[in-house]
Amino acid sequence: MASEHHNAVKEPLIHITKNAAMPFWKGLLIRAAAVLIAFLLCSILAFFLIGANPLEFFGAFIKGNFGSNAMMAKLRIWKLLKDTAILLLIALAVTPAFRMRFWNIGAEGQVLMSALAAAAVVYYGKGITQEWLLLVIMFVAAVAAGIIWSVLPAIFKALWNANETLFTLMMNYVASFFVAYALVKWTPDGSSVLGELKRGHLPSPGNEYLIFTLTVLLITGIMFVYLYYSKQGYEISVVGESQRTARYIGINVKKVIVRTMTLSGVLCGLAGFMIVAALDHTVTTTSVGGRGFTAIIVSWLAKFNPLIMIGTALLVVFLNQGAGQLATTFRVSFAFPDVVVGIVIFFVIGCEFFIRYKVHFRHKNRHAAEVPAPGGEGSGGSGENPEKEGGGGGERPAEVIPDKGGKLK
Amino acid sequence: MNVLEFLLSALAIGVTFLYGSTGEIITEKAGHLNLGIPGIMGIGAACGCAVLNAMMPLNADAAPFLPPWLIVVLALLATLAGGAIMGLLYSFLAVTLRSNQNVTGLAMTIFGTGLTKFIFASLEKDGVTYVRAKYYFRFPFNNTTSALQYCGVMVFLGIAIAIISSVILTRTKVGLHLRAVGESPATADAAGINVTRYKYIATIIGSAIAGLGGLFYIMDYAGSNEAYLTIEALGWLSVALVIFSLWRPYLSIIGSFIFGTLFIVGAYLPTLFGLKIDVATSNLVKTLPYVVTIIVLVITSIRNRRENQPPASLGVSYFREDR
Repeated sequence: MASEHHNAVKEPLIHITKNAAMPFWKGLLIRAAAVLIAFLLCSILAFFLIGANPLEFFGAFIKGNFGSNAMMAKLRIWKLLKDTAILLLIALAVTPAFRMRFWNIGAEGQVLMSALAAAAVVYYGKGITQEWLLLVIMFVAAVAAGIIWSVLPAIFKALWNANETLFTLMMNYVASFFVAYALVKWTPDGSSVLGELKRGHLPSPGNEYLIFTLTVLLITGIMFVYLYYSKQGYEISVVGESQRTARYIGINVKKVIVRTMTLSGVLCGLAGFMIVAALDHTVTTTSVGGRGFTAIIVSWLAKFNPLIMIGTALLVVFLNQGAGQLATTFRVSFAFPDVVVGIVIFFVIGCEFFIRYKVHFRHKNRHAAEVPAPGGEGSGGSGENPEKEGGGGGERPAEVIPDKGGKLK
Repeated sequence: MNVLEFLLSALAIGVTFLYGSTGEIITEKAGHLNLGIPGIMGIGAACGCAVLNAMMPLNADAAPFLPPWLIVVLALLATLAGGAIMGLLYSFLAVTLRSNQNVTGLAMTIFGTGLTKFIFASLEKDGVTYVRAKYYFRFPFNNTTSALQYCGVMVFLGIAIAIISSVILTRTKVGLHLRAVGESPATADAAGINVTRYKYIATIIGSAIAGLGGLFYIMDYAGSNEAYLTIEALGWLSVALVIFSLWRPYLSIIGSFIFGTLFIVGAYLPTLFGLKIDVATSNLVKTLPYVVTIIVLVITSIRNRRENQPPASLGVSYFREDR
């Protein structure tokens, strides 16, 4: 950044300051633009990688999410809703911890253990004849498992400040091997495929996913009120901002950490219970399927606000579903949706910079379009990343310059 | 003989972790927790294998156009480039755009593992030839069938890189500057160290080294066309190994061997220790590396020795105007 210049006082070419207040709609506009640019980039990539022309590309997103005829439409839209709901539920589960800067990346394991516990109740609970009682016990077992898996790292964090990120990460793998262990035990034929559990299904009036989707919606509302309008929610925010301040005003930080992670565990337990009782009716090592990680991004993209999370979860599932359709149509790897989701997330992550910071150039009027980021260095190789970064850099003049001229504090 | 095979095999799988953790240590010394390592290892391997696939002829009996050593070198270079590009992407987001490191890293892993599977699946479509190059990687033991075949040239390369990194980090001015950046970027900045440049270079070099771990696992240790599916778990273990080895690459050599031992001990329990375990229990044995990491994590945090702590600014983006 230190360039040669014969000014008397050498000013840096680019000067970055914090952007104190940006109107909500402007932030939204920048994010929408980032998603759009990423989406267009994906369509270009899809053309070169799998030979899908833009029409087929966008068509796949419509077909994948809303179906091509009336009957498919109903199925697809319900799939969209239930996939969004489960992702949203897990995102809600990780949110309270994130608001206090407790980096729990173990939702994957917490949900998986809960699902395992619920399935275990069905498997061993043949003596329980009443369906409702079975469901209640499943729920209790799932929540208990979720709490154990999430409170353990919290206790060590609270008492000895053990790094929670890696603790929870390791717990994911322990959980997945526990499931593998149980599956071998439960399937005498050695297939490790449990198959559909015949009992422990939630009632399904209207649609089989209706109760589940409404439950998640209700919890979203409750969590919003809890985080923004309750004393405990306030305590979480204070601990997140500054533990010293929290201690100074008499908040018991350790208690808040453990209590909040218990809440996380309860919600993870609910998610695990729902996977077994309402969605899959079985458990496998991939029951959660990476949603524990995706949920973190969903939560962060929504700035940890439960209401906005509905939108971010919907976006991620929409992309997944559409790209999945594309992968099916063009017979490419089932992992293709992850690539699309990854690219879009990169852009949304990147665009936050232009919301939080303001970029000033040395000479107000000229060379505004110069891109300072060293993104261009990535020559050679797959040719994909430089393109992406070029896109990220190219966003800057379009988004930031009008902003600079338009609104100065 | 069985014991030797067990130990060498543990050493070899351990080297996969060693590459990943050495790369991650270098990155973390600059203050960046890169959770994208699993994705980076995958991309590195995918780039290397794509080059190998292009160079190995479809006909199994035909000799490749290039001498074996050149093929290996080109594959290594492609892997380094793949890892470096991922590192550049991470740095751009986390250093220049100051995005949240955890979120950026996780996004890198989602994107990276997805792209890895995509690339390998398309290689399969064209016909898998890269696996045949595994004998080149097992030089100088490529003609034996004994356990020594696990210890190809990349094992030595991995250990050498770890030792060199250790020396650079603790014995040179560059290493001192890098550690200063990771401990307190504001102080380093005030002392005239170019913080951004150090963060970029450390992350890019670290990612390139981690990428080699992916190539090593697929081409040398596993030597199979299905190995790419299991690379993510190894990447996470590499991140765990960083804590296990207390942010010191030379300890990482020992740590990776221990991890390797724990990782494969399940398979050797019956033949080596006469312990009969069923398939179900072997899954519990597989939790060992993770459980041991948790225990080490807890012990180091309880002892709370200053020299065993992560770099002070780990996970915090540096913004000069914040001062």
